Amino acid sequence: MSEQTISQPSTLQLILRSNGFLIGAGLTAIFVLAALVSFIWTPYDATQISISDKLKTPSAAHWLGTDHFGRDMLSMIMVGARVSMAVAFVAVGVGILAGVPLGLYAASKRGGLIDEIIMRGNDLIFAFPSLLLAIMITAVFGPGAVNAIIAIGIFNIPVFARLSRGAALSLWQREYIMAAQVCGKSKALISLEHILPNITNLLIVQGTIQFSLGILAEAGLAYVGLGAQPPLPSWGRMLNDAQTLISIAPHLALVPGLTIVLTVLGLNLMGDGLRDLLDPKLRRVKS
Amino acid sequence: MNFNHLTSHKMRALAASCAVAAFMVSSTAHAMNTDVTIGMQLEPPNLDPTGGAAAAIDEVVYANVFEGLTRFGPDGSVNPALAASWEISEDGTVYTFKLNDGVKFHDGSDMNADDVKFSLDRARAEDSTNAQKALFAGITSVDVVDPLTVRVTLDKPNGSFLFNMAWGDAVIVAPETADNNASNPVGTGPFTFKNWAKGDAVMLTRNADYWGEAVKLENVTFKFISDPTAAFAAMMAEDIDAFPVFPAPENLAQLGADPRFEVVVGSTEGETILAMNNKKAPLDNIKVRQAITHAIDRQAIIDGAMFGYGTPIGTHFAPHNPDYVDLTAQSAYDPEKAKALLQEAGVSDLTLTLKLPPPSYARRGGEIIAAQLREVGIDTEISNLEWAQWLEQAFRGKDFDLTIVSHTEPFDIGIYARDDYYFQYGDADFKAIMDDLKGETDPAKRSALIAAAQQKIADDAVNGYLFQLARTGVANAKLKGLWENAPTQANDMTGVYWSE
Repeated sequence: MSEQTISQPSTLQLILRSNGFLIGAGLTAIFVLAALVSFIWTPYDATQISISDKLKTPSAAHWLGTDHFGRDMLSMIMVGARVSMAVAFVAVGVGILAGVPLGLYAASKRGGLIDEIIMRGNDLIFAFPSLLLAIMITAVFGPGAVNAIIAIGIFNIPVFARLSRGAALSLWQREYIMAAQVCGKSKALISLEHILPNITNLLIVQGTIQFSLGILAEAGLAYVGLGAQPPLPSWGRMLNDAQTLISIAPHLALVPGLTIVLTVLGLNLMGDGLRDLLDPKLRRVKS
Repeated sequence: MNFNHLTSHKMRALAASCAVAAFMVSSTAHAMNTDVTIGMQLEPPNLDPTGGAAAAIDEVVYANVFEGLTRFGPDGSVNPALAASWEISEDGTVYTFKLNDGVKFHDGSDMNADDVKFSLDRARAEDSTNAQKALFAGITSVDVVDPLTVRVTLDKPNGSFLFNMAWGDAVIVAPETADNNASNPVGTGPFTFKNWAKGDAVMLTRNADYWGEAVKLENVTFKFISDPTAAFAAMMAEDIDAFPVFPAPENLAQLGADPRFEVVVGSTEGETILAMNNKKAPLDNIKVRQAITHAIDRQAIIDGAMFGYGTPIGTHFAPHNPDYVDLTAQSAYDPEKAKALLQEAGVSDLTLTLKLPPPSYARRGGEIIAAQLREVGIDTEISNLEWAQWLEQAFRGKDFDLTIVSHTEPFDIGIYARDDYYFQYGDADFKAIMDDLKGETDPAKRSALIAAAQQKIADDAVNGYLFQLARTGVANAKLKGLWENAPTQANDMTGVYWSE
């Protein structure tokens, strides 16, 4: 009886009903597509300097105008998307690959010395403001895209370590885990086979949000000159270059600025939407 | 007198209506126009011109706080300063300076021949920290003839001795205060040091006991604003009255269109070069260096990095100097020739490091040069460095292939004779030319030698000679008497005044 009155909508219906997720996914798709297309085609060579074409406002020939060296802004944004996304993607990957095993391992040794060491180590990294830590790392090891990845990756580790430990701790209390333990399964195997699949939802949602933070951090590093080095275009450095020109050519700052805003907004909306979709509790409340 | 004038206004103002009071306000504002605030991009590390190489030191104290025996005029001429006149012996080795009478240091003590002897001996001493010791190299003795007469003996004739004595590094200091000049400069100039708010500004005030012609300004503040955007904002808000070397050339057109401001484009002694590490392979091969010079389009760099301000140069010499030889055609932009030269040199797949200090001529110019070099098949690895890192890695450590920097000292072609200088040229033939020049006093022969020196470094393609840095200054339209050009590193405030 109750089964019939409470309609259980399909995932597709939920997706279509979630405007935020749709807008977010759409925006993200645009920038991912721009980054992918830039590998095979850009309107112009993004590093081609042509002084005579400098500071052109958007037109049919240059959709987003040209910068102070006469480079095509659209091409730069497309190649810059590639750099931003690659840095953020690898950095989040580093965070997941290093943070999740640490968190799961700590959870399996709950209360032990190793748990303490791992989690206090994470607290130590957390104690530094993330961007400050990234600036410190790139200042020591020298600027560049690879060092930016390392810097952003490092402060992603404790995020995922804490998340997975917290989620795993509650799962360790479940009957089926106890059953597995009684059967003599090793803790590592239980973490891998029973706990990890159950926290994947959380990791995906957190990953999306960390990805957007990674893009912001990369732009911040590039803005202060510690990200990808010229001639490789980068959104943050485009903003920095535009700084003194903002009164004569506002599009120089608006284009990369809006790009960063829209990318981060898109990823955040998508992350929120994903959480709603993947969380079974919310799913019932919403319907 | 001024005081009386003000008081009488005040009396009337008190007695009269608000309208008169309003007039009072404008009258006070008028009377206050003896203060000026000058913007500078870099803050000096100290204020002792005899103990530091930083241009910012001279830009604050030269001619304002400290004076030398001679001084540079706005046109680069060498004029009498503390020395009222001088005689040169027949053989050109003995200079007898007659000093001005009644010159006092800011601490009240007299400036006399003993101070001159002390200053010159201190600068040329073994343990001297003077950044330009070469200026004093030929001096064998400094003798006090009487309190107002000094005799300087040189080991051989030196045609540029009076020029050397005009440098900021050759100013006269007092023995009692010389050690404290870094933080509390005491000189003989028309302004005395008042206060230094570190990180913000240096304040000077009028020296009431100045020996020479009194200056019109009461207070001068040198404000340090490193960020070009902030410099533009400060200028627009009129927080700064003049920015003699405005750091953002892209804003000049906008400032020039504003009737409140005047944009003055003059010349500087800043030869901006693409320095190459002459001892590091493959840049030790002249063909590779020539290829690089032909790969560079100077006009594109001037237009792109400096928004059109700057004069192309073909050698390390200032174009406004009468002895300048235009050699730009010798290394004209010719990518095909550059490729051919690289092929002749047997170099392919070349990747060079390009280390860039902070100024926009270097950062922006570097990106353009990187693109131009890529056209001829040379890849560059750009790293943007702060000044301290640049000095350590490139200038002292010589760990670079290419770098861009502007050499702002006047008549500094002599750096090419130094073996240990960062671009590591030190060619024997060039040194011979410079040695001949040092001993030559005949103007015609000097010109010929200077031309030969310019030709030599252009022939050897020691560096890529880009452009002469323009002095792009912005000033309040009512402020008069600022230097248009920069024959030396200075912001001479002695002739500056408000026109109303």
